[in-house]
Amino acid sequence: MNNKLRVSSSPHVRDKVTTGNIMLMVVIALLPATIFGIYNFRHEHAWLLVLVTTASAVLTEYIYERALHKPVTVKDCSALVTGLLLALNLPPTLPVWMGALGAVFAILVVKQLFGGLGQNFMNPALGARCFLLICFTGRMTTFTYDTVTGATPLATLKAGESVDTMSMLLGNTAGTIGETSVIALLIGAILLLWIGVIDLRIPGTYLVTFVIFILLFSGRGLDLQYVTAHLCGGGLMLGAWFMATDYVTSPITKRGQIVYGICLGILTGLFRLFGGSAEGVSYAIIISNLLVPLIEKVTLPKPFGKGGEK
Amino acid sequence: MALFTFKGGIHPDDGKSLAKDQPIRKILPTGILMYPLSQHIGAPAVAVVKKGDHVLRGQKIADAGGFVSAPIYASVSGQVKAIEKHLNPTGSSMDCILIENDGDYQEVEYPPVKPLDQMAREEIIRQIGDAGIVGMGGAGFPTRVKLSPKEPEKIDYIIANCAECEPYITADYRRMLEHTEELIGGMRVVLSLFEHAKGVFAVEDNKKDCIEKLREAIKDEPRMEVCELVTKYPQGAERQLIYAVTKRAINSTMLPADAGCIVDNVETLVAIYQAVIKGRPLMERIVTVSGDAVNAPGNFRVLLGTNHDELIAAAGGFKTEPEKVISGGPMMGFAMITTDTPVTKTSSALLAFTKDVVARSAESACINCGRCVEVCPSRIIPSRLADYAKRQDEETFVTQNGLECVECGSCSYVCPAKRQLKQAIGSMRKTALANKKKK
Ligand code: SF4
Ligand code: SF4
Repeated sequence: MNNKLRVSSSPHVRDKVTTGNIMLMVVIALLPATIFGIYNFRHEHAWLLVLVTTASAVLTEYIYERALHKPVTVKDCSALVTGLLLALNLPPTLPVWMGALGAVFAILVVKQLFGGLGQNFMNPALGARCFLLICFTGRMTTFTYDTVTGATPLATLKAGESVDTMSMLLGNTAGTIGETSVIALLIGAILLLWIGVIDLRIPGTYLVTFVIFILLFSGRGLDLQYVTAHLCGGGLMLGAWFMATDYVTSPITKRGQIVYGICLGILTGLFRLFGGSAEGVSYAIIISNLLVPLIEKVTLPKPFGKGGEK
Repeated sequence: MALFTFKGGIHPDDGKSLAKDQPIRKILPTGILMYPLSQHIGAPAVAVVKKGDHVLRGQKIADAGGFVSAPIYASVSGQVKAIEKHLNPTGSSMDCILIENDGDYQEVEYPPVKPLDQMAREEIIRQIGDAGIVGMGGAGFPTRVKLSPKEPEKIDYIIANCAECEPYITADYRRMLEHTEELIGGMRVVLSLFEHAKGVFAVEDNKKDCIEKLREAIKDEPRMEVCELVTKYPQGAERQLIYAVTKRAINSTMLPADAGCIVDNVETLVAIYQAVIKGRPLMERIVTVSGDAVNAPGNFRVLLGTNHDELIAAAGGFKTEPEKVISGGPMMGFAMITTDTPVTKTSSALLAFTKDVVARSAESACINCGRCVEVCPSRIIPSRLADYAKRQDEETFVTQNGLECVECGSCSYVCPAKRQLKQAIGSMRKTALANKKKK
């Protein structure tokens, strides 16, 4: 009987959480925003863009790994997350093939060429968004709502006009597919917080720093409506809860995560208040991604018994 | 009351309900008992019997092989069958003394014992050393050495490690409930060695009944107290335990004595009581037999040297063929290739599981989620250290504090990518420590 016993190094038990179910949870958490976006932009047929972009990401990963005879990792759902996030970051009127191209770029260039899951230093979905912005600036910055092309609330705000915060909360405004509804995004964020996939360290410091920055430098003093509009507008909620919290491209140390959140808040504030365009979340996240190695270096925890916090 | 704890750690399924309520049962072995010459850290013991000798229970069969070493005693009477290599529970093959039990349990005559207050310090420590006592929680460090710090007057805490934070094991739990007096007696002996120390029984708060029982039993002992710990793994790891009780943090280059502490586990303290108060050498211990493959999990009073197969038989045999059998706990114990191995001084449990989750958890790429960092009680970065280890980059491994790892396995447990972090870090650590000694 005894020859069937397995041996391995301890520990002999494992937690139930796997990479696959973490990623799946992120997908589920993105569903409220996705469904709302598809409904919100039904006249623009956003569903097709979401479907094609997401499918392209998964397919690219599958084909690449098959072609190179690597283990196929589509089951870990990470390509699904990337594809979906990219789709939610696209204007609903973008030609479908551009979405597909972006997905291929995200998986092939930003993720796989750097060694696959865990090795990329930049959020693939955001890398692809910026790639598309550079290639197709016009199409990427045209926002249509209810078949009428117009300014996003954030652009309106930048132009000095007033915006309707209520509709920004609900999301029936112009914008990218997944960014408009604060409520839908927060439902997903609360789910992720509740099951422990993310914690408050990054998004919390990010948002708090951003608010402080706006209060200090917008020149409007304590204009709460203005601050709320900034919080609810643009890609901030989507970015803070779902992209800044991407494990791979954020610091692994706790103190690092706080520094990272502060960087994000300051950069987003800078771009939004003083930059050329109204938006700044994507660039803020990408730049902070690049700062991660540095941040980690200066925030290494002190080992137990070697000083530092107990 | 604020509970005592450390930062980090995990909450695995504790599985203790399987054996928790089973009172300790004594089992008597048959056939051949095996005594590995190395059941402790340090130099192996040296056999003082030879093939064909007839030995009595309580007779010394191997002497300490150096300063850091411990003697071994026969737990049965019978004939020495051989001294030969045999697998031990940790998976290595080493010299063992094989004794065929004659079933008579004829005992040597033990020298008379003196009352504790008439014994000199040195005498007590010698007696503990002569009894072959080592850290019985798993480390196996000779207790005599532990009790002889450079500056004994600086010791102000004797901590009884009653945490038993490993899942499934309930041996210490049963000891505390059923042999409370012996445990306290052991503490009394150790306290007599350190006049400035107080004795703390550090118990996890999932063992409320033990806490109550101990509190009641020590109410007239001014130098002893009970400290209620948060239930969390690895609360019983020496450095974490010292921190939880005293808020003093030590690193890998320090000894508990540097923080004024001496830590002994439950089984060790009971052995000290047996040695000093009763004059008996170390010949038995409590072993939990549990796991979903075992018919009747329980806690057994086992003579050292008993074959694990007999232990399994005593627990009603296997319900189903196990896929994995572990000596010790699921977090730090050793998976065994065969159950044909002996119970040693450090065997706290024998666990048998029908499914091996490790084999079902294929390793995948690190997603940098930080869970391993979050749980690491040593506050190092397991994911990175495992990378350095895989690259054989010993220098970075050491500068990034890889030597601080206590090999608790919390990182491997929690990793969603199922990386064998502890395994990688542990083996690099061994190499690095060996190289450090050479220098
Ligand atoms: S827990 Fe595993 S996946 Fe997460 S950072 Fe550590 S090694 Fe990487
Ligand atoms: S690195 Fe070592 S001390 Fe830290 S969790 Fe892993 S095994 Fe435990």
